[in-house]
Amino acid sequence: MTDLLQVRGISKRFGGLQAVADVSFNLGEGEILGLIGPNGAGKTTLFNLVNGVFKSDAGTITFLGKDITGRSPDQVVHLGLARTHQIVRPLSGMSVLENVIVGACFGRENQSMREARATALEVLERVGLADRANSSARALTLAGKKRLEVARALAARPKLLLLDEVLAGLNPTEIGQMIALILSIRDGGVSVFMIEHVMQAIMNLSDRIVVLNLGRKIAEAPPAEVVKNADVVEAYLGFPDIVDKLRGAQ
Amino acid sequence: MMLRRPLFWLILLLAAVFAWLPKHGNNVALREDLILVAVAIILTSNLNLMIGYTGYVNFGHIVFYGLGGYVGLYLMTVRSWHLIPAALTAGVAVSVLALLFGLGILRLRGAYFALATIGVLEAVQAFVSNFESWGRSTGMYVSFESYVPMGGPKHALWLTYFLIIGVMALSLMLSLGIRRSKFGLGLFAIREDEDAAIVLGVNATLYKAIIYSVSAFLPAVAGALMFFKNGMIDPSIAFEYMLSLEGIVMLMLGGQGTVAGSALGAGLYERLRSYLLTSPRLSAFHLVIAGALLLLVIRLAPGGLIGWLHRLVPRSREVIE
Repeated sequence: MTDLLQVRGISKRFGGLQAVADVSFNLGEGEILGLIGPNGAGKTTLFNLVNGVFKSDAGTITFLGKDITGRSPDQVVHLGLARTHQIVRPLSGMSVLENVIVGACFGRENQSMREARATALEVLERVGLADRANSSARALTLAGKKRLEVARALAARPKLLLLDEVLAGLNPTEIGQMIALILSIRDGGVSVFMIEHVMQAIMNLSDRIVVLNLGRKIAEAPPAEVVKNADVVEAYLGFPDIVDKLRGAQ
Repeated sequence: MMLRRPLFWLILLLAAVFAWLPKHGNNVALREDLILVAVAIILTSNLNLMIGYTGYVNFGHIVFYGLGGYVGLYLMTVRSWHLIPAALTAGVAVSVLALLFGLGILRLRGAYFALATIGVLEAVQAFVSNFESWGRSTGMYVSFESYVPMGGPKHALWLTYFLIIGVMALSLMLSLGIRRSKFGLGLFAIREDEDAAIVLGVNATLYKAIIYSVSAFLPAVAGALMFFKNGMIDPSIAFEYMLSLEGIVMLMLGGQGTVAGSALGAGLYERLRSYLLTSPRLSAFHLVIAGALLLLVIRLAPGGLIGWLHRLVPRSREVIE
């Protein structure tokens, strides 16, 4: 498996808070890599560093063999790295279709309006929003908006898709549909890097899982090993000496 | 593509009517009324590119018009240029300047950007008021010789009128063209959520700087033409802050974000203003009425007249863009 994404020693500090500290990992082509960790572990910050929303204080990020450290999000999308937002951000005044056309127009293939329209319709069909194409993005339910996030990112024809909690807030049926969609995306040749709190889902979906706690990577292993890892169990469930650990980290 | 859009033909029709009506019967009074409407449409439709399309409120839009007037008059009077190259050069010069300003102040968002645009207006006015070559606070006058190559003042004024009608048509065509283009889609995405647009791949910094510069071009050309027609320019009439504000009222009245709305709002408001200003009893009241109108529009029809029409008849969206 060749590495699509290589992250080496990236860090981000916000004032007195070390949000991400010296994190390194690789993501292989065709892989689904999970990212888990307790609340405030720095998962979304790590995403923001990878796609360029934040500039890393240190380290390098290599995507498809190119150094993308410090590049802005729009440049990163053109190379084929798209993402969704944890807190959905539809372009509310535009229709569902127009939202996805934006993704296609300004994505990796830099499509024309005509091509983008075709791409958008195809992607909407795939995520199950085809019947809502002409309704306002504002009018979608939360599940619909999450699908719209995925549709916009997919329309960019990415090589790697970052999914930030696309299952959160969905009911079991919707979760089942979204999992099927994620698997079909991977089968379509797109690698996936996903943050998720729905444990059962991420354990089943991921080839490997990276675990963050207090900004640091505490484990990187296949799901079966991660659940047995002592540090991970401690980070999630807590142990008597967790208080000492927290003090130590400060 | 463009030829299939009803508004394209409506714009041509509007320009033809504007050009024909006063010329037929040599009605100079009507020409002077229509020229004010045309200038209002030029300013409002270009302002719409910033406010309606991109979501950036520009309070200092009139600065492009005034600077265009200054550059144009300088080239015509001091450098003895012909009207047309002088006006085009004014447009290019002001656009380039706007690009430079834009790269600076477009880092700001929301209210901070709006405040910065007032700053640009004030700074330019202060600079021009002290600029020796442009006549400081007394400004510049068009000498009689400038009319000679155009066959005297009478012909020169008609030529200026037709050119302004042409610039009006171009302004509306520009808005119409951008509206369904990929560039326009990028602007709309910025308007809806700039950070999301960037994550989707829109180069927001570049797009904003380009549209700010583009929105300066035709107003600057119009400024050169209009101040040539008026025969003089000085800082207080070139950079009239009130005109900037009234442009926003016109846009809100007609419907921001739409091509037809900017034209309709400009036309209606300009006629209302002319009526009020010339009415002996109401002339002091015109800004009071402008303010009340703005409040009513924002409260009752935030999308302006065209937005209201779109809500009543959803299918009109495709026709009256």
